[in-house]
Amino acid sequence: MFNKKECVAMLLAGGQGSRLYALTQTVAKPAVPFGAKYRIIDFPLSNCINSGIDTVGVLTQYQPLVLNEYIGNGQPWDLDRVHGGVHVLPPYQKASGADWYSGTANAIYQNMAFIERYSPEYVVVLSGDHIYKMDYNKMLDFHKEKNAAATIAVLDVPKEEASRFGIMITDEDDNIIDFEEKPKNPRSTLASMGIYIFTWSKLREFLIANENDKDASKDFGKNIIPDMREAGEKLVAYRFDGYWKDVGTIDSLWEANMDLINPNIPIDLYDPAWKIYSRNPALPPQSIGKNAKIQNSMVTEGCVIDGSVEFSMISDGVVVEEGAEILDSILMPGCIIKKGAKVEYAIVGENSVVGENAQIGARPETIENKDEWGVAVVGHNITVSDGANVAPKQIISENI
Amino acid sequence: MNVNMGNVLGLVFANMHDMTMGEMTKRRTMGSILFGGRYRLIDFPLSNMVNSGITAVGVITKSNYQSLLDHLGSAREWDLARKKGGLYILPPFGNEGSVLYRGRIEALYGALSFIKHAMADYVVLSDCDVVTNLDYKPILEQHIESGADITVVAHTGNYSSEEIALSTVLNTDADKNVKSVLIMPELSGSCTASLNMFVIKKDLLIDLVQDSFARGLLSFEKDILQGRVNDLKIMAYEYTGYFSKISGISSYFTANQMLLDPENANKVYLPKRAIYTKIRDNAPAKYDLNCDVKNSLVADGCIIEGEVENCILFRGVRVGKGAKVKNCILMQDTVVGDNAEMSYVITDKNVSVGAGRLLTSSPDYPMYVGKGASL
Repeated sequence: MFNKKECVAMLLAGGQGSRLYALTQTVAKPAVPFGAKYRIIDFPLSNCINSGIDTVGVLTQYQPLVLNEYIGNGQPWDLDRVHGGVHVLPPYQKASGADWYSGTANAIYQNMAFIERYSPEYVVVLSGDHIYKMDYNKMLDFHKEKNAAATIAVLDVPKEEASRFGIMITDEDDNIIDFEEKPKNPRSTLASMGIYIFTWSKLREFLIANENDKDASKDFGKNIIPDMREAGEKLVAYRFDGYWKDVGTIDSLWEANMDLINPNIPIDLYDPAWKIYSRNPALPPQSIGKNAKIQNSMVTEGCVIDGSVEFSMISDGVVVEEGAEILDSILMPGCIIKKGAKVEYAIVGENSVVGENAQIGARPETIENKDEWGVAVVGHNITVSDGANVAPKQIISENI
Repeated sequence: MNVNMGNVLGLVFANMHDMTMGEMTKRRTMGSILFGGRYRLIDFPLSNMVNSGITAVGVITKSNYQSLLDHLGSAREWDLARKKGGLYILPPFGNEGSVLYRGRIEALYGALSFIKHAMADYVVLSDCDVVTNLDYKPILEQHIESGADITVVAHTGNYSSEEIALSTVLNTDADKNVKSVLIMPELSGSCTASLNMFVIKKDLLIDLVQDSFARGLLSFEKDILQGRVNDLKIMAYEYTGYFSKISGISSYFTANQMLLDPENANKVYLPKRAIYTKIRDNAPAKYDLNCDVKNSLVADGCIIEGEVENCILFRGVRVGKGAKVKNCILMQDTVVGDNAEMSYVITDKNVSVGAGRLLTSSPDYPMYVGKGASL
């Protein structure tokens, strides 16, 4: 017999994240390293435990090995509980057959039995590819106060950016009266953050109906939310005014990392009351050498830095040799940048080696045709040989 | 030879040598002294035991062990949160009329029922005063192959009189048999000094402790190693790896500074034999605009805006704008105000140095600022 939980979180972590190319060839997007010592999934998992939600189902499907090992028993996030805790939920075989998750709604549908073990009143549905700090408990209070069937977290975005998002149109009481997906001429600036709270009895009903509709796709945004509106259920928008970023593309992943070292961006990782937890690799303190020059950067344990590092995120166990220059870049765990190499506006994947005097990426001001400029990417476990060149915007997934 | 390290019990003495560290151990044990940017001294013997395959460890405490308990928690970080074996904390045995132990034998006597019940044939004993990354397996192999009653881990080298003054010195023959034992002798130069780690058969340890205690003998070094050197087969194990022994503020300072040399650090922090410690979940260290950090060890959670050179910065240290910190050890959550200047200073946890303050000392006598002080 399981203890009843008021609220259970379901974290969608099964997507391939194909727009991250070489960085998600062998790992699921939520397991991609972020912010020097984290992986993307640390943010929603830490938000859950900091919000008092201690029962989390993580729905995995694509390349789950690294993600499964990373989550483990959930101890780093305090999610190793006698009742509840974190559970990795891959697709499984049932008496009636076996299916991959065919959409976000279908993934939750296939795990209704997991949710029902805790008989929750509410279910929070989260994405595994957003960087933000948010108290879901406040959103839950709002959901209860409004007596809603579904609450969707929204961010007020600048008008010119609104056409990149799913936009919610609300009345003066924040009831959602309409929505539009990436509209050319947005009627509102409230963008959906992909964070939902449902009253479980309602969601259950709509998940089953959606599943029985053979023609429907099995997606929250395309089906469940529109179906609920059509049926006249109460949908409300919960306004969030903190930092939030979708890191689904190379550019947004790079930007979100840079945001952490931008003093004007309101995301504070040093707040003891809202720590972001991560699995710790047990490495010694970072060793800063006699020739090192580090400014405006974040560096974590196990690094050995003897070169120059500016405006960059340096993950655990990275080596930057004497004379190497790192500028506006992200070095993922365990990579080695050899003497004289230059890494500018680039992402270097886990355990990759950049040879002596190699050049990865370039500053935008050195490129005349702005369309040719972009963040350069070296995938995981890649060797870039001495003196090789990776052009801006180039994505390398094999040794060169 | 294949030694089954699962058959070995580890015993760590957390309080031994407390008195050598002055104010630093006023409110903590030797084992809970902060070291090397993110560790406490007990992390070294514990990690060494675990990395050698020992899965049951008792930590013998005497006094001031609150910080130690906080640090060890469930011992999960050392992989010692086990059903079978794991970590046991052995506080003083609080009998009517009993006193805090006065020597290693009395301490062991208090832990005797734990030792008796441990499922092991051998016991490794270690203090917390030696920083090293060592494998106990070859030591056990030598112990078993040589048929020794007691094996003392030791190092032969050139020592100063200060280093020897608090050591146990072994005179050995060519086969490493200990012929005589000197305790805290006044000498210097080449000699074989104990690293305060011992291997002994469990049953023999129990017999020796019971017998000595019954006769009012309390010192393991004096009453067993020295006193019974002729009727026990005591052998030295020559340890030639990197180590530093801490027996005072000055050697503490040096032992920390030595790790600034990557060659030394690479001998202590081995990828396959990690030193484990309590996790604090700090954000990465942040290096701000105009900071200048050179030749230093920096732990996570630090925010550096000033100049730092030849320093060891523990987790959560803040160095303000324009501050100049050289040759210092700043423990957890020390805050250095803007434009403050410091050299050869050791600050304990939560010390706050006001803006513009000037604190300097010399390499021979680094200044120590106690926990929580506000300057």
